[in-house]
Amino acid sequence: MSAADDVTKLREVFGAKILKTVEFRGEQTVYAELGSLHDVLAKCRNDLGYEMVVDISSVDHFGDDPRFEVVYEICSLDDSKHLRVKAAVAEDEKVPTATDLWAGADWHEREVYDMMGIPFEGHPNLKRILMWEGYPFYPLRKDFPLAGRPSDMPDVAFTGVAPLEGGPFVTCSGGEDTVRREPRSRAID
Amino acid sequence: MVSPSTNTLHTSYDSKIEGNLIFTRVDAAINWMRKNSLWPMPMGLACCAIELMATASSRFDISRFGMEVMRFSPRQSDVLIVSGTVTYKMALAVKRIWDQMPEPKWCVAMGACASSGGMFRSYAVLQGIDKLIPVDVYISGCPPRPEALIEGLMKLQKKIEGEHSTMDQKKEFIDQIS
Repeated sequence: MSAADDVTKLREVFGAKILKTVEFRGEQTVYAELGSLHDVLAKCRNDLGYEMVVDISSVDHFGDDPRFEVVYEICSLDDSKHLRVKAAVAEDEKVPTATDLWAGADWHEREVYDMMGIPFEGHPNLKRILMWEGYPFYPLRKDFPLAGRPSDMPDVAFTGVAPLEGGPFVTCSGGEDTVRREPRSRAID
Repeated sequence: MVSPSTNTLHTSYDSKIEGNLIFTRVDAAINWMRKNSLWPMPMGLACCAIELMATASSRFDISRFGMEVMRFSPRQSDVLIVSGTVTYKMALAVKRIWDQMPEPKWCVAMGACASSGGMFRSYAVLQGIDKLIPVDVYISGCPPRPEALIEGLMKLQKKIEGEHSTMDQKKEFIDQIS
Protein backbone atom coordinates (compact mmCIF):
# COMPACT_ATOMS: atom_id res chain seq x y z
CA MET A 1 0.00 0.00 0.00
CA SER A 2 1.45 3.31 -1.02
CA ALA A 3 0.35 6.76 -0.01
CA ALA A 4 -1.34 7.16 -3.42
CA ASP A 5 -3.51 4.09 -2.71
CA ASP A 6 -4.38 5.53 0.69
CA VAL A 7 -5.50 8.76 -0.97
CA THR A 8 -7.83 6.77 -3.24
CA LYS A 9 -9.15 4.88 -0.24
CA LEU A 10 -9.76 8.12 1.69
CA ARG A 11 -11.66 9.49 -1.31
CA GLU A 12 -13.82 6.35 -1.40
CA VAL A 13 -14.60 6.51 2.32
CA PHE A 14 -15.12 10.23 2.78
CA GLY A 15 -16.36 11.27 -0.67
CA ALA A 16 -17.03 14.99 -0.89
CA LYS A 17 -15.54 15.64 2.54
CA ILE A 18 -12.17 15.28 0.89
CA LEU A 19 -12.11 18.61 -0.93
CA LYS A 20 -9.02 18.10 -3.02
CA THR A 21 -6.02 15.84 -3.41
CA VAL A 22 -2.71 16.89 -4.86
CA GLU A 23 0.26 14.88 -5.97
CA PHE A 24 3.49 16.80 -6.38
CA ARG A 25 6.70 14.92 -7.16
CA GLY A 26 5.40 11.82 -5.42
CA GLU A 27 4.18 13.68 -2.33
CA GLN A 28 0.53 13.13 -1.52
CA THR A 29 -1.58 15.90 -0.03
CA VAL A 30 -5.18 15.57 1.09
CA TYR A 31 -7.36 18.62 1.72
CA ALA A 32 -10.04 17.71 4.25
CA GLU A 33 -13.05 19.60 5.51
CA LEU A 34 -12.42 20.88 9.02
CA GLY A 35 -15.57 19.13 10.28
CA SER A 36 -14.32 15.70 9.21
CA LEU A 37 -10.61 16.35 9.77
CA HIS A 38 -10.50 14.25 12.91
CA ASP A 39 -12.26 11.35 11.19
CA VAL A 40 -9.81 11.48 8.30
CA LEU A 41 -6.85 11.50 10.66
CA ALA A 42 -8.35 8.68 12.73
CA LYS A 43 -8.81 6.61 9.56
CA CYS A 44 -5.18 7.24 8.64
CA ARG A 45 -3.99 6.36 12.11
CA ASN A 46 -6.13 3.30 12.82
CA ASP A 47 -6.72 1.67 9.43
CA LEU A 48 -4.08 2.94 7.04
CA GLY A 49 -1.09 2.54 9.34
CA TYR A 50 0.15 6.09 9.76
CA GLU A 51 1.58 5.52 13.20
CA MET A 52 3.58 8.68 13.56
CA VAL A 53 2.89 12.38 13.34
CA VAL A 54 6.02 14.06 12.03
CA ASP A 55 4.84 17.63 12.34
CA ILE A 56 1.79 19.79 12.75
CA SER A 57 2.16 23.27 11.38
CA SER A 58 -0.04 26.09 10.22
CA VAL A 59 -0.15 28.66 7.46
CA ASP A 60 -1.54 32.18 7.65
CA HIS A 61 -3.13 33.16 4.32
CA PHE A 62 -3.55 36.73 5.47
CA GLY A 63 -6.34 38.43 3.54
CA ASP A 64 -7.98 35.19 2.43
CA ASP A 65 -11.06 33.61 3.90
CA PRO A 66 -10.75 31.22 5.67
CA ARG A 67 -7.57 32.71 6.95
CA PHE A 68 -5.60 29.79 8.39
CA GLU A 69 -4.64 26.31 7.36
CA VAL A 70 -3.40 23.50 9.58
CA VAL A 71 -1.00 21.00 8.06
CA TYR A 72 -0.43 17.48 9.39
CA GLU A 73 2.60 15.54 8.24
CA ILE A 74 2.05 11.89 9.05
CA CYS A 75 3.99 8.79 8.14
CA SER A 76 4.15 5.09 8.80
CA LEU A 77 7.05 3.47 10.54
CA ASP A 78 7.19 0.25 8.48
CA ASP A 79 7.33 1.24 4.81
CA SER A 80 7.97 4.96 5.11
CA LYS A 81 4.85 6.19 3.34
CA HIS A 82 4.20 9.82 3.93
CA LEU A 83 0.95 11.76 3.78
CA ARG A 84 0.13 15.41 4.23
CA VAL A 85 -3.34 16.37 5.45
CA LYS A 86 -4.48 19.98 5.28
CA ALA A 87 -7.60 21.73 6.51
CA ALA A 88 -8.68 25.34 6.26
CA VAL A 89 -9.54 27.09 9.53
CA ALA A 90 -11.37 30.39 9.87
CA GLU A 91 -10.38 32.86 12.56
CA ASP A 92 -13.18 31.95 14.95
CA GLU A 93 -12.99 28.18 14.41
CA LYS A 94 -11.46 25.51 16.60
CA VAL A 95 -9.54 22.48 15.39
CA PRO A 96 -10.25 19.09 16.97
CA THR A 97 -7.17 17.82 18.74
CA ALA A 98 -5.18 14.88 17.41
CA THR A 99 -3.66 14.03 20.79
CA ASP A 100 -6.09 11.11 21.16
CA LEU A 101 -4.60 9.61 17.96
CA TRP A 102 -0.93 10.46 18.40
CA ALA A 103 0.48 11.40 21.81
CA GLY A 104 3.19 13.26 19.95
CA ALA A 105 0.67 15.76 18.64
CA ASP A 106 0.57 17.44 22.05
CA TRP A 107 3.54 19.79 21.75
CA HIS A 108 3.01 20.40 18.03
CA GLU A 109 -0.50 21.64 18.69
CA ARG A 110 0.72 23.79 21.53
CA GLU A 111 3.26 25.38 19.20
CA VAL A 112 0.61 26.10 16.59
CA TYR A 113 -1.55 27.62 19.30
CA ASP A 114 1.34 29.68 20.64
CA MET A 115 2.62 31.02 17.34
CA MET A 116 -0.58 31.31 15.28
CA GLY A 117 -3.34 31.44 17.86
CA ILE A 118 -5.36 28.52 16.50
CA PRO A 119 -7.12 26.78 19.41
CA PHE A 120 -7.37 22.99 19.59
CA GLU A 121 -10.53 21.55 21.07
CA GLY A 122 -10.02 18.70 23.51
CA HIS A 123 -6.30 19.25 23.98
CA PRO A 124 -5.29 18.13 27.49
CA ASN A 125 -2.90 21.00 28.17
CA LEU A 126 -3.38 23.82 25.71
CA LYS A 127 -1.03 26.55 26.84
CA ARG A 128 1.85 28.41 25.25
CA ILE A 129 5.01 26.40 24.70
CA LEU A 130 7.61 28.92 23.51
CA MET A 131 6.36 32.30 24.67
CA TRP A 132 5.15 32.72 28.24
CA GLU A 133 1.57 32.47 29.43
CA GLY A 134 0.10 35.95 29.23
CA TYR A 135 2.05 37.14 26.18
CA PRO A 136 -0.67 39.01 24.30
CA PHE A 137 0.29 38.37 20.65
CA TYR A 138 0.65 35.51 18.16
CA PRO A 139 4.03 36.20 16.59
CA LEU A 140 3.90 34.13 13.41
CA ARG A 141 0.74 35.75 12.09
CA LYS A 142 1.34 37.78 8.97
CA ASP A 143 0.02 40.98 10.52
CA PHE A 144 2.52 40.76 13.38
CA PRO A 145 5.71 42.72 12.65
CA LEU A 146 9.03 40.86 12.84
CA ALA A 147 10.35 43.62 15.11
CA GLY A 148 7.74 42.70 17.69
CA ARG A 149 5.36 44.77 19.75
CA PRO A 150 5.94 46.10 23.25
CA SER A 151 4.37 44.17 26.11
CA ASP A 152 5.02 43.86 29.79
CA MET A 153 4.14 41.28 32.42
CA PRO A 154 5.76 42.38 35.67
CA ASP A 155 8.07 39.71 37.15
CA VAL A 156 7.52 37.41 34.17
CA ALA A 157 8.81 38.97 30.98
CA PHE A 158 8.64 42.05 28.82
CA THR A 159 9.17 42.63 25.12
CA GLY A 160 10.30 45.60 23.09
CA VAL A 161 10.57 46.60 19.46
CA ALA A 162 13.76 45.54 17.70
CA PRO A 163 15.50 48.14 15.53
CA LEU A 164 15.28 46.93 11.95
CA GLU A 165 16.79 49.96 10.17
CA GLY A 166 14.19 49.93 7.45
CA GLY A 167 14.07 46.16 7.23
CA PRO A 168 13.21 43.34 7.38
CA PHE A 169 14.51 42.10 4.08
CA VAL A 170 11.74 40.38 2.19
CA THR A 171 11.43 38.75 -1.17
CA CYS A 172 8.78 39.41 -3.78
CA SER A 173 8.76 36.87 -6.56
CA GLY A 174 8.35 38.07 -10.13
CA GLY A 175 10.34 41.29 -9.84
CA GLU A 176 12.35 42.34 -12.86
CA ASP A 177 15.67 42.81 -11.12
CA THR A 178 17.24 42.08 -7.75
CA VAL A 179 16.28 45.47 -6.34
CA ARG A 180 12.61 44.80 -7.04
CA ARG A 181 12.74 41.12 -6.10
CA GLU A 182 14.37 41.80 -2.76
CA PRO A 183 13.13 45.11 -1.44
CA ARG A 184 14.34 46.45 1.86
CA SER A 185 10.98 45.96 3.46
CA ARG A 186 7.29 45.48 2.87
CA ALA A 187 4.90 47.57 4.87
CA ILE A 188 1.91 45.90 6.53
CA ASP A 189 -0.81 48.22 7.88
CA MET B 1 66.05 41.87 49.22
CA VAL B 2 66.12 38.38 50.65
CA SER B 3 69.16 37.29 52.57
CA PRO B 4 69.68 33.62 53.33
CA SER B 5 69.00 32.81 56.97
CA THR B 6 71.65 30.80 58.74
CA ASN B 7 69.78 30.39 61.98
CA THR B 8 66.63 28.25 61.72
CA LEU B 9 65.96 28.00 65.45
CA HIS B 10 65.14 31.63 66.17
CA THR B 11 62.05 32.58 64.24
CA SER B 12 61.21 35.83 66.06
CA TYR B 13 63.20 37.67 63.46
CA ASP B 14 62.87 36.28 59.96
CA SER B 15 64.81 38.13 57.36
CA LYS B 16 62.77 36.41 54.63
CA ILE B 17 59.52 37.98 55.83
CA GLU B 18 61.04 41.32 56.70
CA GLY B 19 62.68 41.46 53.35
CA ASN B 20 59.37 40.97 51.51
CA LEU B 21 57.51 43.98 52.87
CA ILE B 22 55.73 46.08 50.29
CA PHE B 23 54.44 49.62 50.65
CA THR B 24 51.36 50.44 48.58
CA ARG B 25 47.95 52.07 48.63
CA VAL B 26 45.06 50.01 50.04
CA ASP B 27 43.10 50.58 46.84
CA ALA B 28 45.88 49.27 44.69
CA ALA B 29 46.35 46.22 46.90
CA ILE B 30 42.62 45.41 46.99
CA ASN B 31 42.23 45.87 43.25
CA TRP B 32 45.30 43.76 42.61
CA MET B 33 43.73 40.94 44.59
CA ARG B 34 40.32 41.38 43.01
CA LYS B 35 41.48 41.46 39.44
CA ASN B 36 43.59 38.34 39.82
CA SER B 37 40.84 36.21 41.29
CA LEU B 38 37.81 37.02 39.17
CA TRP B 39 35.36 34.20 39.62
CA PRO B 40 33.11 34.04 36.58
CA MET B 41 29.41 33.26 36.60
CA PRO B 42 29.02 31.55 33.22
CA MET B 43 25.70 32.58 31.73
CA GLY B 44 25.87 30.25 28.76
CA LEU B 45 22.82 30.88 26.59
CA ALA B 46 23.90 29.90 23.09
CA CYS B 47 26.91 28.96 20.97
CA CYS B 48 29.15 31.56 22.69
CA ALA B 49 29.04 29.24 25.69
CA ILE B 50 31.03 26.66 23.71
CA GLU B 51 33.81 29.20 23.23
CA LEU B 52 33.53 30.10 26.91
CA MET B 53 34.07 26.44 27.78
CA ALA B 54 37.03 26.28 25.43
CA THR B 55 38.47 29.37 27.11
CA ALA B 56 38.21 27.68 30.48
CA SER B 57 39.79 24.44 29.35
CA SER B 58 43.44 23.60 29.02
CA ARG B 59 44.29 24.91 25.56
CA PHE B 60 43.43 28.53 26.41
CA ASP B 61 43.27 28.19 30.19
CA ILE B 62 41.96 31.25 31.96
CA SER B 63 43.32 29.85 35.20
CA ARG B 64 46.46 31.73 34.16
CA PHE B 65 44.48 34.83 35.11
CA GLY B 66 42.93 33.40 38.26
CA MET B 67 39.55 33.02 36.56
CA GLU B 68 39.20 29.27 36.37
CA VAL B 69 36.75 29.05 39.25
CA MET B 70 33.49 28.99 37.31
CA ARG B 71 30.78 29.40 39.89
CA PHE B 72 27.28 28.32 39.07
CA SER B 73 26.13 30.10 42.18
CA PRO B 74 25.72 33.86 41.73
CA ARG B 75 26.43 34.40 45.44
CA GLN B 76 30.03 33.34 44.96
CA SER B 77 30.90 34.97 41.67
CA ASP B 78 32.39 38.30 40.63
CA VAL B 79 31.93 38.59 36.90
CA LEU B 80 28.83 37.66 34.93
CA ILE B 81 29.80 36.49 31.45
CA VAL B 82 26.64 36.72 29.36
CA SER B 83 27.55 34.42 26.50
CA GLY B 84 24.77 34.02 23.99
CA THR B 85 21.37 35.18 22.82
CA VAL B 86 19.23 36.64 25.57
CA THR B 87 15.62 35.98 24.74
CA TYR B 88 12.91 37.99 26.42
CA LYS B 89 11.83 34.81 28.16
CA MET B 90 15.29 34.50 29.71
CA ALA B 91 15.95 38.20 30.24
CA LEU B 92 14.52 38.60 33.72
CA ALA B 93 16.22 35.39 34.86
CA VAL B 94 19.59 36.87 33.83
CA LYS B 95 18.70 40.09 35.62
CA ARG B 96 17.79 38.15 38.72
CA ILE B 97 21.10 36.31 38.71
CA TRP B 98 22.85 39.66 38.37
CA ASP B 99 20.90 41.01 41.34
CA GLN B 100 21.90 37.99 43.42
CA MET B 101 25.60 38.56 42.83
CA PRO B 102 27.31 40.39 45.71
CA GLU B 103 29.37 43.47 45.04
CA PRO B 104 31.95 44.05 43.69
CA LYS B 105 30.66 42.63 40.42
CA TRP B 106 31.23 43.15 36.74
CA CYS B 107 29.47 42.12 33.58
CA VAL B 108 30.93 41.00 30.28
CA ALA B 109 28.69 40.92 27.21
CA MET B 110 30.26 38.17 25.14
CA GLY B 111 29.49 38.16 21.43
CA ALA B 112 27.15 40.02 19.11
CA CYS B 113 23.89 38.73 20.62
CA ALA B 114 24.61 39.66 24.22
CA SER B 115 25.97 43.03 23.09
CA SER B 116 23.24 44.09 20.69
CA GLY B 117 20.87 41.26 19.84
CA GLY B 118 23.17 40.28 17.01
CA MET B 119 21.48 38.83 13.99
CA PHE B 120 18.28 38.23 15.93
CA ARG B 121 16.36 41.40 15.16
CA SER B 122 13.12 39.84 16.24
CA TYR B 123 10.19 39.92 18.59
CA ALA B 124 11.72 37.26 20.82
CA VAL B 125 15.22 38.55 21.55
CA LEU B 126 16.40 41.27 23.93
CA GLN B 127 18.45 43.73 21.88
CA GLY B 128 21.52 43.73 24.11
CA ILE B 129 21.89 42.77 27.76
CA ASP B 130 22.87 46.39 28.52
CA LYS B 131 19.17 47.21 28.45
CA LEU B 132 18.95 45.43 31.81
CA ILE B 133 22.44 45.22 33.29
CA PRO B 134 25.36 47.70 33.26
CA VAL B 135 28.00 46.13 31.01
CA ASP B 136 31.73 46.68 31.59
CA VAL B 137 33.19 44.97 28.56
CA TYR B 138 31.66 44.18 25.18
CA ILE B 139 33.36 41.49 23.12
CA SER B 140 32.71 41.42 19.40
CA GLY B 141 32.47 38.22 17.40
CA CYS B 142 29.88 35.65 16.47
CA PRO B 143 30.99 33.81 18.47
CA PRO B 144 34.24 35.42 19.67
CA ARG B 145 37.27 33.18 19.73
CA PRO B 146 38.67 32.28 23.15
CA GLU B 147 41.52 34.75 22.56
CA ALA B 148 38.94 37.51 22.18
CA LEU B 149 37.27 36.54 25.45
CA ILE B 150 40.63 36.45 27.18
CA GLU B 151 41.45 39.89 25.80
CA GLY B 152 38.10 41.16 27.02
CA LEU B 153 38.78 39.79 30.48
CA MET B 154 42.25 41.36 30.45
CA LYS B 155 40.61 44.66 29.53
CA LEU B 156 38.32 44.14 32.50
CA GLN B 157 41.37 43.57 34.71
CA LYS B 158 42.80 46.86 33.42
CA LYS B 159 39.53 48.56 34.25
CA ILE B 160 39.46 47.13 37.76
CA GLU B 161 43.02 48.40 38.35
CA GLY B 162 41.90 51.95 37.75
CA GLU B 163 38.73 51.85 39.82
CA HIS B 164 38.20 53.09 43.36
CA SER B 165 37.77 49.93 45.41
CA THR B 166 34.73 51.21 47.31
CA MET B 167 33.18 54.16 45.52
CA ASP B 168 33.29 52.53 42.09
CA GLN B 169 32.92 48.89 42.99
CA LYS B 170 30.31 49.00 45.76
CA LYS B 171 27.80 51.42 44.30
CA GLU B 172 24.74 49.53 45.51
CA PHE B 173 26.14 49.43 49.03
CA ILE B 174 26.86 53.17 48.95
CA ASP B 175 23.35 53.84 47.66
CA GLN B 176 21.93 51.83 50.55
CA ILE B 177 23.79 53.62 53.32
CA SER B 178 23.43 57.14 51.92
